[in-house]
Parts: sequence; structure tokens; C-alpha cells
Amino acid sequence: MSKEKSDLQIDSEIIDGIREGDNLAIQQLYQIHFPPIANMVINNRGSREEAQDIFQETVMVLYNKISDGDFVLSSKLQTFLYAISKRLWLKHLTRGEAKYRKDSIDDYGESLAAEEVIEDHEMKEANLVQMEDALNGLGEPCRTILYDFYIQGESMAAICEKFGYTNADNAKTQKYKCLQRLKKIFFKK
Amino acid sequence: MGMKGLNQQEFTAWADAYLRGELSHEDQLKFEMYCAENPANAELFAQHKAFLTTMKRAESRSNFKRNLEHIAQDYHKVHTPKPATKVISLWDRLKLNAAVAAAIAIVSVFSTLWLTGYYKNLRKATSDYSALRRDMNTVKRNVNAQNAAIQNINNTKDNTKDNVKETMHYGATGFMITKNGYVVTNYHVITGADSVHLQNHKGESFKADIVFTNPEKDLAILHINDSTFKSIKSIPYTFKRQDSDMGEDVYTIGFPRDEAVYGQGYLSSSTGYAGDTLAYQISIPVNPGNSGGPLLDKEGNVIGIISGKQKGIDGAAFAIKTKALMETLNSIPADSLNGKNVVLNNKNLLQNLSRTDQIKKLQDYVYIVKVY
Repeated sequence: MSKEKSDLQIDSEIIDGIREGDNLAIQQLYQIHFPPIANMVINNRGSREEAQDIFQETVMVLYNKISDGDFVLSSKLQTFLYAISKRLWLKHLTRGEAKYRKDSIDDYGESLAAEEVIEDHEMKEANLVQMEDALNGLGEPCRTILYDFYIQGESMAAICEKFGYTNADNAKTQKYKCLQRLKKIFFKK
Repeated sequence: MGMKGLNQQEFTAWADAYLRGELSHEDQLKFEMYCAENPANAELFAQHKAFLTTMKRAESRSNFKRNLEHIAQDYHKVHTPKPATKVISLWDRLKLNAAVAAAIAIVSVFSTLWLTGYYKNLRKATSDYSALRRDMNTVKRNVNAQNAAIQNINNTKDNTKDNVKETMHYGATGFMITKNGYVVTNYHVITGADSVHLQNHKGESFKADIVFTNPEKDLAILHINDSTFKSIKSIPYTFKRQDSDMGEDVYTIGFPRDEAVYGQGYLSSSTGYAGDTLAYQISIPVNPGNSGGPLLDKEGNVIGIISGKQKGIDGAAFAIKTKALMETLNSIPADSLNGKNVVLNNKNLLQNLSRTDQIKKLQDYVYIVKVY
């Protein structure tokens, strides 16, 4: 009883840690959850490198679910991660040249839920990657101006000084142009 | 572009101020009113807000991913098994040659052994498996023999006859499997028995009948047949029918001497002596007298029955799997049971107890099996 409780506690500590960007939580996640998933991949014709990729993608699924803000763990974290990894690995195996019978490590039931989570993840992930590309394609000083203002929440006055604009209106116009350019790149893709 | 002379840039700046919480309460309301009155701007605001959210999410995502990659790198640096070295790849290439050479070597070794008559001698040697019943008379008989020798000095009358008449006397362990008095031990313990007595750690002794034996699986089912034995309420442990995993923490209680002795170890292989799939190899120090003792996992499930060990190999003991016990129980003919059915306990009372408390609870159900 007491052991299960502490497992649950560890699970929720990891989830809170990921939400807050705590590196210790990510380390703990690796320590506890990577080995069984690596075994699953390696025992099903995967290499250790492939296991690492699958696990990283699984963690990204978890991260995106947590960032969505409505993540409630309905099972143990291990169960969730394992189901997702298994599904991702199966997808990998059935994609392209890897020949492997799908049902051999597949059992129905849980795989459907995992499939839904992954589809949702891939959709959102594509959107975020597109934004990341747009930001990277924006160039300076636009990227930093937008970053400072929208992400860091810095004041227009501070930005004005940092970039040496002679008056606040110029800075504001520049910022607006940058935002419009970003939107253009983002929506064009 | 919007109404009331507000262009898109001005509106966006206003919206930003609103989102950043820079407006007074009054101005906030004004902004909300303006959006309510201008659906086009409300739409623009919703889009702008969603866009900024995506931007923030993308930014934290790429931060997280960068962190994750660093941590993953550090983790794998520490935990990755060393890559195959050149020696190994050389081995890969020469494997076939080595295999052929080995095959020739093996053939020549065995043909030499055969030619020199080694196998004829070998047949006489006994197996290296040793069952773990205890010969309780050894010490006594030695003492008796000494006494006899001493007496012979004083008295020429031959009294060694008594010693010859004395029957063999073995001891081992057994444990209860049902609350109505069925007990399991090894077949090799009770083979050739005239009578079997079970003694618990409190010193109470009960007479038992041999109900069924299965020499092949080395199991014997006994039933306590003694007026002083009262049916007990329940047995604290359950029987785990599935195979347990290698590396599992296991323990046993047995009677290698007249007091109960605890032994602890791990499950070292999922097959027993000579690849027997109905047994486990375990690493627990066991001695003659441990035969028939229960093998339990950390939750207090019985997973096997201690049966023997391999001579000359340290820490290689064997236990018959619970599966074999189940098969044996199922094969008992109904008329051997005299209407007393074998109903196994399915409620584990040991599960969340500490090891010492588990032992306290279960030792009432482990017996010395005394065979005359």
C-alpha cells in the first residue's frame, strides 16, 4: 500500500517538474522509465539508438499533453509512457522498409487510446514546429524584439533602449512590422 | 482600418496592453466593449491571442526539447553499454572457423574418452543432484556404535543387534496447503516410510497419512490424521500459479535442524536441474532437511517447494514450481481424498507485512516431517 502511494507521488512529482521545466524531474523520468521502454524496443528488433529516439518522442508527447493544461493521469505514468512508446515503435516498424508483423507486439484495447493521443500530439506538434521554423526564419532584430516583448514580457521602453531606437513610436512600428512578418511566414507554410 | 479611426496596428497595440494587464480596470472594460461592438476586431483579437499562445508554446517547447536532449545525452553517456570493440568484430568474422575447430575438438575428445573406456567407469558414478532429506540417525548411530564398542570392552555380550534392528529415520520439511490438514512435502522424503509424523515449531506432533505421491514430480501429499489436530481458520499465504521472474527476491523456512531456519536469496534461473521446466534454480543456502520447505516471494506467495541442490556448485538449489503442485493436486483420484476436498486459500494475509511479520505468521504452518 505504502509503496504504491509513493509511486503515485513520484509520478505526480515528475509531472509537476516537467510542467515547471525542472531538469531534475526529466533526469528522474529517464532513470525510472527509460530502461523498460528501451527493453521493449530492443526486444522487438530495435537498436539502442532507436530506443532513445522513441523515448524522446514519448517524452515530447507527455510534455505536450502536460502543456495543454488538462492532463490527468488515469493510470500509472509507466503505463501511459509504455503504451505511447509501444505505439510509436509499431508505427516506426510498419513504416517504410521495416518489415514486422504489426500484431506481434500489439494488443488491442489500450493501443486505440494511445493512437488517439499520438494523433492529437502529431497535429499540435506540426503546428508548433511550424511556428518554430517561422521564428527561426524571421531574422534579427525582429526575432529578439518579439521574443523580448511577447515571451519575456519586457516593456517597450526597455526594448527601445536596447535597440537604440530614437523614439518609442519607431520601436512600436518596428515591432508591429516584425509581428506581421512572422504571421505571414507562419500562415504561408 | 477598424471603426472609430483605429487601424490594425493601433488595435494590436491596444490588445497587447490588454493581454499584458497594463490597462486600468476602466480601460479593460472599454476594450471589451469595443470588441463586443466590433465583431471584426473581436475576431482579430481572438486570432492574435491564439497566435501569441502558439508562439509561447513553441518557444517553451523548443527550450524543453533542448533540455531533454542534454539530459538524454548525459544519461546515455553514463548508461550506454560499451560499444563492441575490434576484438569482438574480429570474433564475429572468425566465428565460423572457431566453430569448426571446436566441433573437431569435441569429436576427438569424446571419441578418445570412449576409446579409453571412460564411460564404462562413469556409469558407476552417481548423479550430482542431491535431495535434501536429513538422516537423523547418523549422529545417534555413531554414538551408539561407540557405546557398543566401549561396552564390548567391558562385556563380551553382543548388543549390536539393537542397532541393526533400528529403522532408518529421516527428517525434512513440509507445509500446509489447505486449512483442513493437507500438507505437501517431497516424494523422496517419505519414500519407503512406515509412518510419517509432522511436528510444528511449538513442538506439537501429529500423525499424517500419505494421501498421494507423484515420484516423477517428486511431490507427496500428506493429510494430518490425528485427533489432537484442529482444523485451522485460514492459511496466510496463497499459491502463485504463474512462473515467477528471474532475479525475484525469494525466501524459505525449513528444518535442516530441529529449529526452523530462515534462508533468503533470489530466483537465479527459470529452469531447474538439467533444464527441468517444472522447477526453478534458486540461490539460497539450503541443507539436508530443507527439502519440502515452501519457497515464497516477497509478497508472501508460495512459488515453489525446495527439493534439492547440485553437488559441487555453490548456490545452485532447486525448487519445484507451484505449477507442478497444482498438476499433482488435480491428478489425485477423488476416492483418495475421503471426501475432504483440497481447497486452496486465495486470500494472501502476508502481502503488506514486513519479512519478520510474514515469518511469524507462516511458521505455524511449516512442519518438520519425521519419517520412520
